[in-house]
Amino acid sequence: MKKNSFNGLNKLIIYVLLTIFAVVSLLPLYWVFSTSLQLSSYQSKDMERPISYVDANPPKMYPMGIPLYFEHWSGAREAKKADNIEDEKYHREMMEHIVDNTFSSFKSLFQKHDIGKWFFNSLYISVVVTFGILLIDSMAGYVLAKKKFPGRNLIFWIIISTMMIPGQVTLVPLFMMIRDLELMDTHWALILPDLSMVFGVFLMRQFMYSIPDELLEAARMDGASEWRTFWTVVLPLAKPGLAALGIFTFMNVWNSFLWPIIVLNSAELYTLPVGLKTLQDANLASFKLLMSGATVAAIPMIIVFILFQRYFVKGLTIGGVKE
Amino acid sequence: MTQQPIGATPKKEGTALKVRKKPRRTIFLQMRKNYSSYLFLMPKLLLFILFVAIPVVWAFVLSFQEYKVFGSEFVGIDNYIKVFESEAFRIALKNTLLFTVVTVPFSVISALVIASMIFVLGKLSQSFFRSAFYLPTVTSMVIIAMVWRWMYNYEFGLFNYVLGWFGIEPLNWLGQSSSALWALIIMQCLIPFGVGIIMYLASMGSISESLYEAARIDGASTFKQWLYITVPLLKPTTLYLVLLSTIGSFQVFTQIIMMTGGGPGSATETLVHLIYKTGFRDFEFGFAAAQSVVLFVIILIFSIIQFRVLRHDE
Repeated sequence: MKKNSFNGLNKLIIYVLLTIFAVVSLLPLYWVFSTSLQLSSYQSKDMERPISYVDANPPKMYPMGIPLYFEHWSGAREAKKADNIEDEKYHREMMEHIVDNTFSSFKSLFQKHDIGKWFFNSLYISVVVTFGILLIDSMAGYVLAKKKFPGRNLIFWIIISTMMIPGQVTLVPLFMMIRDLELMDTHWALILPDLSMVFGVFLMRQFMYSIPDELLEAARMDGASEWRTFWTVVLPLAKPGLAALGIFTFMNVWNSFLWPIIVLNSAELYTLPVGLKTLQDANLASFKLLMSGATVAAIPMIIVFILFQRYFVKGLTIGGVKE
Repeated sequence: MTQQPIGATPKKEGTALKVRKKPRRTIFLQMRKNYSSYLFLMPKLLLFILFVAIPVVWAFVLSFQEYKVFGSEFVGIDNYIKVFESEAFRIALKNTLLFTVVTVPFSVISALVIASMIFVLGKLSQSFFRSAFYLPTVTSMVIIAMVWRWMYNYEFGLFNYVLGWFGIEPLNWLGQSSSALWALIIMQCLIPFGVGIIMYLASMGSISESLYEAARIDGASTFKQWLYITVPLLKPTTLYLVLLSTIGSFQVFTQIIMMTGGGPGSATETLVHLIYKTGFRDFEFGFAAAQSVVLFVIILIFSIIQFRVLRHDE
């Protein structure tokens, strides 16, 4: 498939098809944002009772607050021109109501629900686990790749062979263990098992191979201790690998769901996914509220993805495909 | 970048031949000489032993026990007999298999088609579409499940509205046994397989241009070049992706608990959701452990079969 073997028309068809596929795949996300900002109650002068655009049939494809806001804005301007003070006041009030109502669910999420706390919990747990994993996995990966010591291969193979075992197998024993350690309903119950994930060891070991032995040798000649060599020579060279591992760890921990719903019981300890589940269980029909919660949980990951996009690509292709 | 195959030992010269008179002593000396390596390995190893190795062994032990608050007792293979006799497990297995058999081929093939289309574009469009298709993958399944549940809503959902365009009666997607599982399958198919697309793109980049050159001289059309050169050369990637998505699909859980709770009845019960229910609603730990071991064995068997089939005719 040579790139220039496609003429204009074929390329156009490809663009059109890809755009359609992309729209279909991004539509749910768009629907989350759109519903979260949808106007849930609106009553103009000529309406008998307020209507909700969230539960509208046919569904409104974009937040109705936007066109209605501009309608009232121009209404207010015209009223001002005509010196109709009462009308102007009405339009100004409607504009205010529209803005308030559009963001009302976010306000109630932060005031009536613990979503601020859930957000903070998710954030700090993800950050702690990510940096913890980066440190201990790169330490392990480094010696497994670059040092020779008795038991090295055995240790590596035992660690790697557990990658084949699905996480659900350890669910029950891990639960019993956490309970016996009296860590139930604490954040330790999330952090400790997450820090034990083995994928990073494998990834870092693969990555450390590409660090030239000569550099390590040189550091040793200069009299650097093992730790200093690791910290000042190895880690800086492993940066791309660390970035890829860091992003995947962050994403996994941020989105982790099955284990947290098992070990967390108190609302103030919830992470965002757990919080969202309880939010849904308690407010099955208030879609504006649910989608606002989903927005709060989705946006950080989207920002991380946009900022670190190239490392996502790198992380996927390291180890799997030969470059 | 040169990469070593998994588990390969990098060869260093000069260490190969050593006559060892007292092997035990040598090992001990080597261990002492390399004490720092063990220190480096220590944190991960401790965590691994405590939270991975012990639970894995424990799971197998538990599966032969009946759990009781004051001392569990060994019941032999009773739990496994129970697993295979249980109607719930059979239904969950059937649902999970159907889910896997439909969604895995669809996801992998559509990833291949989309990646092939993206590949021929310019650099800027490439990275744009790659991001567009990867974005849903970084979004938590909890969020995706919540919004699909909303889109499947009987009265106000997007889907019934779209059906209305074609004059089709609204469908109670998740509320009736006949369509609930299919609604989940359709959803899975429409979530782009972002990992697959990116990996296919990376592999396509490494196919030598000269192969296509030769085919063009022979007068092969673009489609034929794709079918007879690109697709066969992507086979290792395809194998990896099929394994990856099969393993993921056997573990389907989040959608179930967020959208249907396994219902209506047991129409959308899956293996992991059943394990979750058995373990943490009914607290039958031994039975749940046995189910999870069976899940592991099923995944293992599937992986081996796929590995054999897809690798055989290289």
